[in-house]
Amino acid sequence: MDVPARPRVVMRGITKTFPGVKALDGVDFTLAPGEIHALLGENGAGKSTLVKVLTGVLAADAGTVELDGVPIRVASPAAAQDLGINTVYQEVNLVPTLSVAENLMLERQSSRFGLISWRKTRERAEAALARLKIHVDVGRSLGSCSLAIQQLVAIARALDRDTRVLVLDEPTASLDAHEVEGLFTVLRDIRARGIAIVFITHFIDQVYAIADRITVLRNGRFAGTGTIAEVPRMRLVTLMLGKQIESHYAERPTTESIDQTGAPVIAATGLGRARWLEPIDLSVRAGEVVGLAGLLGSGRTETAKLLFGAERADKGSLVIDGVPVTLRSPGQAIRMGFGFCPEDRKHEGLILDLSVRENLILALQCRRGWWNRVGQAEQNRIAAEMIAALGIATPDAEKPVGQLSGGNQQKVILARWLAAKPRLLILDEPTRGIDIGAHAEIVGLIRRLCREGLALIVASSELEEIVAFSHRVAVLRDRRKVSEIVGADITQSTIVEAIANS
Amino acid sequence: MRERRLPILATIAVFVLLYALGGLHFNHFLSTGVFGNLLTDNAFVIIAGLGMTFVILSGGIDLSVGSMIGFVGIAMATMVAHGWHPLAAIAVLLVMGIVLGALMGWIIDAFEIQPFIVTLTAMFLLRGLCFVISLDSVPIKHPFVEAFSDFHLALPGDGWLSGPALVMLAALAFAVVVAHFTRFGANVYAVGGDAASALLLGVPVRRTIVGVYALNGAFGVLAGATYAFYTSSGYPLAASGVELDAIAAVVIGGTLLTGGVGLVIGTVFGGLIQGLIQTLIIFDGSLDSWWIRIVIGGLLFVFIVLQKLIMRSVTALGASAAPG
Repeated sequence: MDVPARPRVVMRGITKTFPGVKALDGVDFTLAPGEIHALLGENGAGKSTLVKVLTGVLAADAGTVELDGVPIRVASPAAAQDLGINTVYQEVNLVPTLSVAENLMLERQSSRFGLISWRKTRERAEAALARLKIHVDVGRSLGSCSLAIQQLVAIARALDRDTRVLVLDEPTASLDAHEVEGLFTVLRDIRARGIAIVFITHFIDQVYAIADRITVLRNGRFAGTGTIAEVPRMRLVTLMLGKQIESHYAERPTTESIDQTGAPVIAATGLGRARWLEPIDLSVRAGEVVGLAGLLGSGRTETAKLLFGAERADKGSLVIDGVPVTLRSPGQAIRMGFGFCPEDRKHEGLILDLSVRENLILALQCRRGWWNRVGQAEQNRIAAEMIAALGIATPDAEKPVGQLSGGNQQKVILARWLAAKPRLLILDEPTRGIDIGAHAEIVGLIRRLCREGLALIVASSELEEIVAFSHRVAVLRDRRKVSEIVGADITQSTIVEAIANS
Repeated sequence: MRERRLPILATIAVFVLLYALGGLHFNHFLSTGVFGNLLTDNAFVIIAGLGMTFVILSGGIDLSVGSMIGFVGIAMATMVAHGWHPLAAIAVLLVMGIVLGALMGWIIDAFEIQPFIVTLTAMFLLRGLCFVISLDSVPIKHPFVEAFSDFHLALPGDGWLSGPALVMLAALAFAVVVAHFTRFGANVYAVGGDAASALLLGVPVRRTIVGVYALNGAFGVLAGATYAFYTSSGYPLAASGVELDAIAAVVIGGTLLTGGVGLVIGTVFGGLIQGLIQTLIIFDGSLDSWWIRIVIGGLLFVFIVLQKLIMRSVTALGASAAPG
């Protein structure tokens, strides 16, 4: 595999050890100017660690880094920025209390007579955003903007400098198709200016749409590199997983598991909330998976939260097991046997500083009430069971959940609800930010739970997986349910049609 | 409308309301004389509050400023009694305050210790040192101090701007420029909003934290000197609990206790509101002085709840616009 004549960045033998884990083991990485280089690997492969070494967030234990032929030691993110290495992280790392302009121009404000000129600074912020074709009031506080806008602001910030290397860590995770295309246009433009771009993503299609070369890591080691022509899809997946996997999700789920006799586990009629979700009809039976499909901002998360009582409905009615119920809080929903895996795992799903065991026990404890403590022996037993049942990769049950990879964190949330023996599970983007291997495992798990008689509502932006597990699909658009597709009619094209037309 | 500006508008509304209340009920309340006294009497609390604003904006807290004011007073009085010029004494104490503040900031950031504990330590240390220097009140007798006390700029009407009021206004101007028109100030807001993100955005977080507490130390010394000039004495127990008045001024002034949001000017209004309540109760004459504390306590509570509601509406806005 050819190495360009004058690489922009050469990383050799990078090694980084965390307590108990060798995150990187002698990894080599070469980046050429004017290329978009996809860095791929499963969760825990070491992509993020490698990038953090390059951007000065972490110091490597061993190895060398050269930038344009000059050996460098990047001591801090600020030092990296001074060298022209800019990063946009997966979780938007901006300050929500500052305005858009203040975030964009932090440490780069225009000054006059030694004092900041806010007018000029704002103008530059507007110009930087206009280059990405984003038009937003730059005086707004960032926290009040949508995640998509926040992401674009982060990218605009990274571009607003003399950049030699631009690192994008899952930049498209929260963007819709239109915004992704807009971003790619910008990326092609800056590639033409000779900037080297490192592009980390889980979307394989996007790799082949935009990248020039691919480097794959596996378990902290270098697994392979090449141009996209040299690394076709099957080879890429093989490199990432280290084994051949068959084309997944071949068959559709069977309908045998659905309990057609009794009342639905949950049936919503005209359930809605002003400025949140238009009234929606939705019912789920035991042993049935109902998919929620739609574009970004279509109301998937809103529906999930409304059904779990995380937001209170102000219209319509909810019937649970044939009994009308008004949901007032998630606690009430949990006591009725509901479980909810939110989209934003780190903020809404887990308590990162608590151990795997403590996180696992939360829902069960809530169901039992606070006076009926789950005993230590039982806690240990449940934790051990769940870690084994879901294959959670953790050295032991006492490790803080924040130190696990994304896929394993998701499994911990699922395990938490399973420990509470729920009847209805609501999953919001259960596979977001998770690698292919864990992806297939989660889809398999959804199917298994459904066969075991659980009712499931799964919101997902990935049509492939919606088709793979759903008995019925509710299609949402503009916070409104526009269509329901049943059984054999569920295909990616019917869902796309429903989103586009109706 | 910028949601973040709502707390400061609420502060100004309360200030205007209290002023109008006084004007309606008492003759002579709406005079520049009353206003001038308001500025003079609250100058040292507001100066301490200006430093505290930076600390709270950065996400911290400082409990030592009351002890600092007491220490500066007694140290300055003793130095003057030993023949020092007051300005020379202030210069030495200023260096001390900045070094102590920088040290506290460094300890807070380097060891990741809560500012509450670190500044509590300094509070005990400084108060203890007050008694090492003197057990009794020490008068400050120096021509410069007398000149300072006599100095004032006439306002239209019967009022005047006294020395302490002018020092406070100068400190305010300085604080506004530093907070709103320097990179250091922008970094303070960023660190208080989200320190981890700020670090990744290239903000020198440690330097900012050290700078914040050093600056706060300087404001503390200035507040102490102003108070000593104002009372023409130093007293080892002086200004006990003033750190809490300063914190109250900042919070009533619309700065979020969680950091990252607020305006320097708000603190001035926050301090003046406390002074106004005091003035109103003194004008009234029939209410006992503890009502000052009760009213301020109630007001503080209302403001904290108000801030929480505003921040909740801001985050709800973001969440509802988030991807679904």
